[in-house]
Amino acid sequence: MANVPPIPKRISSIKFGLMSPKEIRKMSSTPIITADTYDDDGFPIDMGLMDTKLGVIDPGLRCKTCSGRAGECPGHFGHIELVAPVVHVGFNKVIRKLLRATCRKCSRLLLEPAQKQQFLDQLLAVEEIGHLPDDLINEVYKEASKVKSCPYCNEEQLDIKFEKPSEYLENGEKLTPTEIRDRFENIPDEDIVVIGMDPKNARPEWMILTVLPVPPVTVRPSITLESGQRSEDDLTHKLVDIIRINQRFQENREAGAPQLIIEDLWELLQYHVTTFFDNSVSGIPPARHRSGRPLKTLSQRLKGKEGRFRGSLSGKRVNFSARTVISPDPNLSINEVGVPMPIARILTMPSVVTPRNIEQLKVFVRNGEDIHPGANYVLRSDGRRIKVTNMNKDDLAEKLEFGWVVERQLKDGDTVLFNRQPSLHKMSIMAHSVKVLPNKTFRLNPAVCPPYNADFDGDEMNMHALQTEESRAEAKILMQVQENILSPRFGGPIIGGIHDHISGLFLLTRFENHITSYEAYDLLRKSRARNLPEPAGHDEDGKPYWTGKQIFSQILPEDLSTEFTAQVCAHCDTCKKGECPNDAYVVIRNGVLLMGTIDEAAIGAFKGKIQDRIIKEIGPEAGAKFIDDMTKLAIRAIMRTGLSFGIADEDIPKEARIQINEVLGKAEDAVQNLIKSYINKELEPLPGRTLDETIEMSIMQKLGKARDETGGIADSHMGLENSAVIMARSGARGSILNLTQMAACVGQQAVRGERIRRGYSGRTLPHFQEGDLGSDAHGFVKASYKSGLNPTEYFFHAIGGREGLVDTAVRTSQSGYLQRRLVNALQDLEVQYDLTVRDTRGVLVQFKYGEDGINPTKSDFSKPDTIHRIVRSVVNKEVA
Amino acid sequence: MSISEATIDSMIKDLPFPSNILNTLREDVLKAGVSKKEMEEIIEKMLEEYDLSCIEPCDAAGVIAAQSIGEPGTQMTMRTFHYAGVAEINVTLGLPRLIEIVDARKIPSTPMMTIALSKNNPEDYAYDREKTRALAWEIEATKIDHIADVTTDLSQMKLIIDLHEKAMEGRNITIDQVKEKFNEELNVMVSISPEMDNQIIITPGEPSYRELLQLAKSIHNVTLKGIEGIKRVVVRKEGEEYTLYTEGSALREVLQFEGVDKSRTSTNNINEIYEVLGVEAARNAIIKEATDTLREQGLTVDIRHIMLVADLMTSDGEVKQIGRHGISGEKASVFARAAFEVTVNHLLDAGMRGYVDKLEGVTENIIVGQPIRMGTGDVHLISRKAERVEVTPEIVAEEIEAEEE
Repeated sequence: MANVPPIPKRISSIKFGLMSPKEIRKMSSTPIITADTYDDDGFPIDMGLMDTKLGVIDPGLRCKTCSGRAGECPGHFGHIELVAPVVHVGFNKVIRKLLRATCRKCSRLLLEPAQKQQFLDQLLAVEEIGHLPDDLINEVYKEASKVKSCPYCNEEQLDIKFEKPSEYLENGEKLTPTEIRDRFENIPDEDIVVIGMDPKNARPEWMILTVLPVPPVTVRPSITLESGQRSEDDLTHKLVDIIRINQRFQENREAGAPQLIIEDLWELLQYHVTTFFDNSVSGIPPARHRSGRPLKTLSQRLKGKEGRFRGSLSGKRVNFSARTVISPDPNLSINEVGVPMPIARILTMPSVVTPRNIEQLKVFVRNGEDIHPGANYVLRSDGRRIKVTNMNKDDLAEKLEFGWVVERQLKDGDTVLFNRQPSLHKMSIMAHSVKVLPNKTFRLNPAVCPPYNADFDGDEMNMHALQTEESRAEAKILMQVQENILSPRFGGPIIGGIHDHISGLFLLTRFENHITSYEAYDLLRKSRARNLPEPAGHDEDGKPYWTGKQIFSQILPEDLSTEFTAQVCAHCDTCKKGECPNDAYVVIRNGVLLMGTIDEAAIGAFKGKIQDRIIKEIGPEAGAKFIDDMTKLAIRAIMRTGLSFGIADEDIPKEARIQINEVLGKAEDAVQNLIKSYINKELEPLPGRTLDETIEMSIMQKLGKARDETGGIADSHMGLENSAVIMARSGARGSILNLTQMAACVGQQAVRGERIRRGYSGRTLPHFQEGDLGSDAHGFVKASYKSGLNPTEYFFHAIGGREGLVDTAVRTSQSGYLQRRLVNALQDLEVQYDLTVRDTRGVLVQFKYGEDGINPTKSDFSKPDTIHRIVRSVVNKEVA
Repeated sequence: MSISEATIDSMIKDLPFPSNILNTLREDVLKAGVSKKEMEEIIEKMLEEYDLSCIEPCDAAGVIAAQSIGEPGTQMTMRTFHYAGVAEINVTLGLPRLIEIVDARKIPSTPMMTIALSKNNPEDYAYDREKTRALAWEIEATKIDHIADVTTDLSQMKLIIDLHEKAMEGRNITIDQVKEKFNEELNVMVSISPEMDNQIIITPGEPSYRELLQLAKSIHNVTLKGIEGIKRVVVRKEGEEYTLYTEGSALREVLQFEGVDKSRTSTNNINEIYEVLGVEAARNAIIKEATDTLREQGLTVDIRHIMLVADLMTSDGEVKQIGRHGISGEKASVFARAAFEVTVNHLLDAGMRGYVDKLEGVTENIIVGQPIRMGTGDVHLISRKAERVEVTPEIVAEEIEAEEE
């Protein structure tokens, strides 16, 4: 029964410790004594760095320790006997502290027994509440190193100095690692406990190495270049250095070389062992490869973003994934993703053969790998994996038995995960159901762009095929797009209409459209609505017609009732609600849009009130259905009239241009007057501001107001027949400010919120007088984008634009780090069954989640709308 | 036939809702006027709705909160200088401010205080422009430059300070006070000039040019009056009330002044609030500052996320940073700490101390490759085979014994 899953086991804990020389020798499979790796025939040399006892990496060879082949053998450690002990770099700080805190003669911790006991008690107390003992232990070291003579043997303590990289001086005399080791060996166990070490797992003398473990070959595989030459791993290079020096050291010592030479060699050995552990220690030059590149040794392998911890252990690479460019397809449901055929043929889903599906699976196997819903592999119950080929497919299909697993190709309806980086929130990975389509891009409904923050300018996305039944169930229940329409960030919809969806429905519902039955059916063709209501009226020739609002009502759920103000709301002082002259008050009763315009506030992503209400009152399924229908209707609606924007839409009449020039001229005069009063020292400074700041602020204000005024003028000459205005008003894209800049006046260019001042001394450009404070000289752009900027304006505009770009670049890195820190700090917090929030250790953070236990996703933007609604529904009266 | 206020109060007082919800409900039903039956129906519906809106156990609330605050970070401006209400005072806003808050910095880059004034009676500070002005001058740090011109007389080896009478009057400070202050702070010869009005002469302790020049520099730093560190005070009228805004912050000192409303005065320096008012106040300050920062940028983030962050930062009784020197650096797991920052040091420490990683958190379990204990990973179905036990008199006796114990 090979395919019965093993009993799930959990690692319950992992203990850390230092390795004693004894332990290192014990786990070693062989001592390493020669610095050579391979002999002339290309076979590993015995007791060399590539000894087959350390494991094998070449196919064909067998490990001498476990007799496993390459891939099976996990590798085994070896060891190098160091001729003289050397310090482990990472422990330099501790060694120094320990030397200062222990007696130079009797090696005991320089504290009175009572003091020791006191610290020990504190240490246990700290451990019990689960805090880290670092501060307390530093206190122990500090107290102990203050003591001048040993309380046990009265030996006077000398000053210990540490010199980079790893030299210890006692009153100016060098302490050899041997001496240090001797001292540490004599520290009694009960003193070791006080400094927070565990004498069974980590004795201080083990921080000074006498034996060096040699990592298995599998950790430092050599690669064979195209030329057939072998290229060794950085670690192997380093180990070669260590062995060479070790040998030379031994030879010299045996030959009775002078002390000076011995010391030099010892230092060299220390250097090599140091860089073997960490090649970025300050104070020593990093060891380099022949090419001059610094070697990547042990600590470099662990550190940093691409290091073992963050790069390989916290972020693992996966199989069963695909990546390609995305493109829009409004005909798909938001829950679907279009998967290109080539990808669908490669990715597979395992499915166990049972009496219920055997016939179906036989068909897949018979289809082979070339005909679409086929199968790529078959797993027999003995664990053998057989590739389905054109040769064996019929054969395999016949042989299929219950309990086998068929890895069938992805087909319509499969649940997959879809993701776009950066994955900033949980909606960056959602589950979609597959729709296999021709061509080579992933297709998605444009309404799901906002949560992924995707667009179609070349974005790529990833897809992951789920491999277990459990994961598929979880994905479908928790991660499907429809379950994520509401964002937990603010409790509103994050999926909804964008761009053309909004303008489309705006055009449909805003104006008095007379829609014939032919057009009506065309509009609703792709949505699930099939019947039209009573026509709104009849044309002169007797033909019935329907209004846009009626058409939109067809896709609303029948029992939806809600009221809200639309995006186009002019924010009058008192809202006239139902009598809004602007048609900005939306009323939906029992699934019928009675009045109001549908725009961003109704169906937009982030704002759409309609999706919000549907999901909260009816359910996510109805919400998804509404969004599907809405996007399809909107696109049909925008196609009915068409919406295009051209340079002519920025045209403004001559009299408007004159008015604008007048406003700008007046503003210029006002600025000149301000400057004059500034020069004559007549200007009153604002409270708490200097005169210079005051004039800058007032000029900025004047010019800002002038720009807004020109915008107002331009706006008043452009009505809702202008596409740009339609888009800005409905919230589909762009703003009135954009339109102002295109048609009337671009306005002030700013750097760090101030007018542009940098450049030559006293002036921004040589075109201006020194000391000129006027608007032109400091980056006010009078022109509009349409009329075109003059050279100085263009230059200032570029300055302002550059600042924006730099800003974005800096911001992404900063906010990325903020996000990483937040997630790291908060990831262990979980709501418990008693609605408290605790971390995984059980430490309590909140007594009740959010003080009221309410899920932010369902919090209605944190407003008490639900209460109003309940009271209203019961009493049948307006409240609030 | 609507029921009375008292009845409503008694009906809603035991409901398991927070006070703001109850208050809204109370207002609504009072406005609408309900019968007892309707009220019961409302309560029933609310309980039902509340149940549906509650967060589910095993929800990874922490990650959601972190993402909800971090994700809008990309949309925030970097602009350090902005004006918040008071045009005269610069405040750090946007992303840098948010980072500052979660970093639990000791001093924010732009400390600022809002000093509310007492309004116990119609003549109190909050309604009196003159009193408010006077208080502002008391608080604002007065330096010598504000009230005098300083000239260095190299030939006579002395500093001559010509005080402006008008400026002194405005700040309510006298020449004797100035002299006293210099005497106290500088430890040199300070004398009032006998020849000229409003002139102070300072001679250095030992007559050397170096001393003199040093002195000329250091007298600018002496705070003659007011609170050290409060560079500027701005008076603003908001509605009926005068309020002070300060550049620089010194909460403890400001609270000592008469006329300051202690309950409404605040600072944006969270650490100062922690030191003066305690950790609960600091927690509320974090929430307020973070919410304000986000709102100012036009971003909506549910307050519960921010509360969770603030609660985590302050749960140990002190304000801890979100990061290496705070929460993340004090995690129980070696792997979690190593995977965040300063990997190697944590591993070496762990080896030396013989730490045990109990693999309880998220990172640790990801590292060793097993499911995390959160969300669906925290739900367990345990099925036990029903044991058939023959009930013997001994067992019964044992059970009774156990119960009695």
